[in-house]
Amino acid sequence: MSAVDKKASAGIALATRGLSRSFGSLVVARDIELNLPVGARYALIGPNGAGKTTLINLMTGMLPPNDGQIILGGEDITTLLPQARVKRGLARTFQINSLFAHLNPLEAVTLAVCERRGIAARFWQNVAVNKDAIEEAYEILSKLKLGDVCYQPTRELPYGRQRLLEIALALATKPKVLLLDEPAAGVPQEESGDIFEVVAGLSNELTLLFIEHDMHVVFRFATHIIVLVGGAVFTEGTPAEISADPGVREVYLGKRHHG
Amino acid sequence: MATAPTTPQAYLQSLSRWRPIEIAFWLVTLVPFWLFPNYLSLANQIAVAALFALSLDLILGYAGIVSLGHAAFFGVGAYTAGIFSKFVWGEVFTGLIVAALMAALFGYVSSFIVARFRHLTLIMITLGLGLLLHSAANSAHWLTGGSDGFQGISVWKVAGLFKFDLYGKVAYAYSLCTLFVVFLCARRLINSPFGLALRGIRDNWVRMPAIGADSPSHIRKVYTISAAMAGIAGALIAQTTQTVSLDALSFERSADVVVMLVLGGAGRLYGGLVGATIFLIARDQFSGIAPQYWYFWIGILLVTVVMLLPNGILGGLSKLVGRWSRK
Repeated sequence: MSAVDKKASAGIALATRGLSRSFGSLVVARDIELNLPVGARYALIGPNGAGKTTLINLMTGMLPPNDGQIILGGEDITTLLPQARVKRGLARTFQINSLFAHLNPLEAVTLAVCERRGIAARFWQNVAVNKDAIEEAYEILSKLKLGDVCYQPTRELPYGRQRLLEIALALATKPKVLLLDEPAAGVPQEESGDIFEVVAGLSNELTLLFIEHDMHVVFRFATHIIVLVGGAVFTEGTPAEISADPGVREVYLGKRHHG
Repeated sequence: MATAPTTPQAYLQSLSRWRPIEIAFWLVTLVPFWLFPNYLSLANQIAVAALFALSLDLILGYAGIVSLGHAAFFGVGAYTAGIFSKFVWGEVFTGLIVAALMAALFGYVSSFIVARFRHLTLIMITLGLGLLLHSAANSAHWLTGGSDGFQGISVWKVAGLFKFDLYGKVAYAYSLCTLFVVFLCARRLINSPFGLALRGIRDNWVRMPAIGADSPSHIRKVYTISAAMAGIAGALIAQTTQTVSLDALSFERSADVVVMLVLGGAGRLYGGLVGATIFLIARDQFSGIAPQYWYFWIGILLVTVVMLLPNGILGGLSKLVGRWSRK
């Protein structure tokens, strides 16, 4: 059963309807229809410049669409500010680290937890009195193998750890849907498996969409693959369907095989 | 930092603990009473400037909002305190509170514009608002005295006991106490969840919405708080000198306070305090050498400091101490 058949059902965590965006004559998103079922592990692949990051920017509200809708858990969030979408459970990570260089991981994740709990505007109390928030932050960090470095300044952390902190910050918002923009970007291939092990270990209730170039990783961790080409959905299906699709081989996989 | 904290909570708690150097700093502020009794009015000016620089530090050093019009709130506080004591009530503490509230009101209203912009646009907006207020005060001669200055302030004895004397002893004590109380509030704010959010805004404006933070709302809040603090500083100068001149609102005052903060080190609670002290002592000494040209020396000092110590004098010192203690 394809995802489109379930369109009307209640099990859809995040959907887009006719999502379009262009810069002048350059179309970066063309009539995109997506349906992410609750608990999905979807991969978004496509050649460079296919509009993968743009699609995440559109869904999270960092870039307004020209047309179309974004529906999160049945609610139309197309016009909401990015922070309001996060509050409703839509979080993302960034392809290029976007961290807080002068906060350590504990402070950064505690900040994100405080924002979620609505206590970040309290200027009259010491942050240390919020025991629950701090413990929650530390728990997230420990789960992502950052417990031992959580007092070190973020800018001094090894790169791979910083990639994990990207995910930790997103998790601190307690998302229902998490969009991961190349979580292992820039990490040596032998370490990228570690990052995806962490991703795979996330709660089954969390709906995941990740962008990734390494097809081994995609086939290993995704249950469903969406192929984006030139800002439009080229095709989608299970890993087996995608790897057997001659069209996909041509536009994307083929390039890789020929070097 | 040397010993590993037992729990994450204990670690965060330890960050806000008073360090011996801080206690030493506040003890040193008492020295002028005994060693420099002839310089107490300068000490008073320093305490006021330090409070003003501290207020700027909250928005510039912590939230990364560069303002070239912060004198607007200093001036509003000064005129409010002056007008209030002349026409309504001469009690000084009520004067401070009324001035703080009025400056906060101005801050709150302008914060809606400020929170929407960044970078050069923001600097120009703050500059423009400052100039605007300066001209408004100049033209409202009937209320402010315009370029003649506001005269006739009569304040009561502090706490009904201490009359402002000619040597500035009471004035300095009063300003220093006020500075200390406001400093305690600022220190608490910096160590609060809100302080964390401000540092987040300074570090990475783009990431903040992605962790669900409403940065404009945070900025409106800190801008209002900062304006209130600047207003208290202005009120202190009005009460202790019993006059308000138009330069309370001047661009020069806005620029000076940025220089003080950058000299001392922005984004460190003591940066503005140290910077104000160095700036005003330097001005006092240099203007003794050549009254018209003292900005020449300040210029040299500023260029030297920002070239050699990008995080200000305190930033340089803490780096030095860090390097030394690692050996």
